[in-house]
Amino acid sequence: MLEVSGLTKRFGGLLAVADVSLRVPEGGIVALVGPNGAGKTTLFAMVSGFIAPDSGSVAFAGEEITGLPPHLICAKGLVRTFQVVQPFGRLSVCENIAVGAHLHLAGRKEALERAREVAEKVGMGPLLDRRAQALTVAGRKRLELARALATAPRLLLLDEVMAGLNPTEMGAMIDVVKAIRDMGVTVFLIEHVMQAVASLAERVYVLNQGRLIADGAPGEIARTPAVIEAYLGHGAAARMVAQAVEASR
Amino acid sequence: MARLGIAGGMIVALAVPYLIRSDFWLGFLITVLLFAAMGMAWNVLGGYAGQFSFGHAAFFGTGAYASAILHIGFGLNPWLGLAAAAVAGGLVGLVIGTLSFRYGLRGSYFALITLAFAEVLRILANTAEFTGGGVGLYVPLKVGVANLQFESKLGYYYVALGFTVLSLGVGWALERSRLGARLMAIRENEDAARALGVDTFMCKLQAIVISGALTGLGGAFYTQYYLYIDPGIAYGPGVSVEILLVPIIGGLGTVFGPLLGSAVLHGAGELARRLVGDAPGLSLIFYGALLVIMVRFLPEGLMGLVWRLSRRRERAANA
Repeated sequence: MLEVSGLTKRFGGLLAVADVSLRVPEGGIVALVGPNGAGKTTLFAMVSGFIAPDSGSVAFAGEEITGLPPHLICAKGLVRTFQVVQPFGRLSVCENIAVGAHLHLAGRKEALERAREVAEKVGMGPLLDRRAQALTVAGRKRLELARALATAPRLLLLDEVMAGLNPTEMGAMIDVVKAIRDMGVTVFLIEHVMQAVASLAERVYVLNQGRLIADGAPGEIARTPAVIEAYLGHGAAARMVAQAVEASR
Repeated sequence: MARLGIAGGMIVALAVPYLIRSDFWLGFLITVLLFAAMGMAWNVLGGYAGQFSFGHAAFFGTGAYASAILHIGFGLNPWLGLAAAAVAGGLVGLVIGTLSFRYGLRGSYFALITLAFAEVLRILANTAEFTGGGVGLYVPLKVGVANLQFESKLGYYYVALGFTVLSLGVGWALERSRLGARLMAIRENEDAARALGVDTFMCKLQAIVISGALTGLGGAFYTQYYLYIDPGIAYGPGVSVEILLVPIIGGLGTVFGPLLGSAVLHGAGELARRLVGDAPGLSLIFYGALLVIMVRFLPEGLMGLVWRLSRRRERAANA
């Protein structure tokens, strides 16, 4: 579904994303994890057309989309959400979602109708007439998701939809993401919350300082020394092994 | 309920000239209607799409000169001149929009560039031969409906009313269209709109062309009404400010805001003139003060106030 190869982006002297290649197969949920500043959001921004890469390419459903503007990429069925939620504050929840629905529906009535259906799906039915700026953090995260979903995407890029949610809200959000996958939408998500990653993703890519350092099933990568070092500091893996050996003595 | 109100309003608007039979007040109403219509034109770009223009005189003046020049120089019928003025205003919108939106100008930068365009056009109109330079252009007096010149203010009143209905109708249709939804999305958050597949450049361009065309129409009406146009009137900052104040006072991004705003602005202006007298430049001071007050205390305009009060009454009724 998504094929990224050799993607690179520099900001001045900083190598934000360095030669990253990855694949997201159709129908699955793939996660991208890594410490703060690893380049995850920059990678998403390049895939969705918000930032032009310095080199490398992005292919979506077998078609090269590198360098296309965001609205054309969205029209092809690849849509992103934002880490920092970006609601249309003074519009109602229904109107917010309808903007996404308008991608394929020209009529106002049809788009609002579609928006109501989507809101129902993500559990926002009772909030339809609420102004977006009056929503809670959890509500805004859902709205972000609902708007993206209303464009009828084939691939959804979710940038930290769990951040700032309490455990109950997170459980609900995990269910929503699973439901989206079950509707046939491929999901590629950035996530810090490991519990969410473990229960959602089939495959995980780990990014650190712009480079991919590991990939595999969620259980596997948690035991990879490079990943432990990226999160806990240089030498951490060796210390942990030493401690484990110590403890088993 | 709303439809009934609109129908009632229309009947009153049609009957008004027979009720008030005063040339002065009819003239006042013509000004109110003209600026309500142009205020809505500004509203399409500023209120719905959130792109504040400080140079709508660029469209107004171009429409005014287009109809005057085509009529005087080429004998074009002034009714067709209205259409030509709309096209000219739309073209100026296309040029300004392409140049500024292509390079991502937003907020105060966009406001400044529109102001600059209007000023450049004013200076050009001042020096060019075919605009009559600083002297301006006089439209020859040939009274007749076919010539869009009327004996009394009555005819102008109905033309202005038609213009206002057209302009508010455009706003009404916009609120119920995909373009309108996209413009409001751009106003609220441009990046989020782009992520949801909105071609923000094309949408903003459509908005400025519609806005420019309607404002150009207003310019042509002005020419036929006063039969005179000069660079200061056509492209001066006074017109730009007056056009943008109307929806800001009335309510940005609303259909009836411009009508309400225009009535209040010109009503208050008339009152000020009577109280203090008419000194040159006084109206600009008055407009400036009004703008500060509105932005500070009523950023949602009078329509926002009406809306808030009706909500409060509703809540009180429910409690």
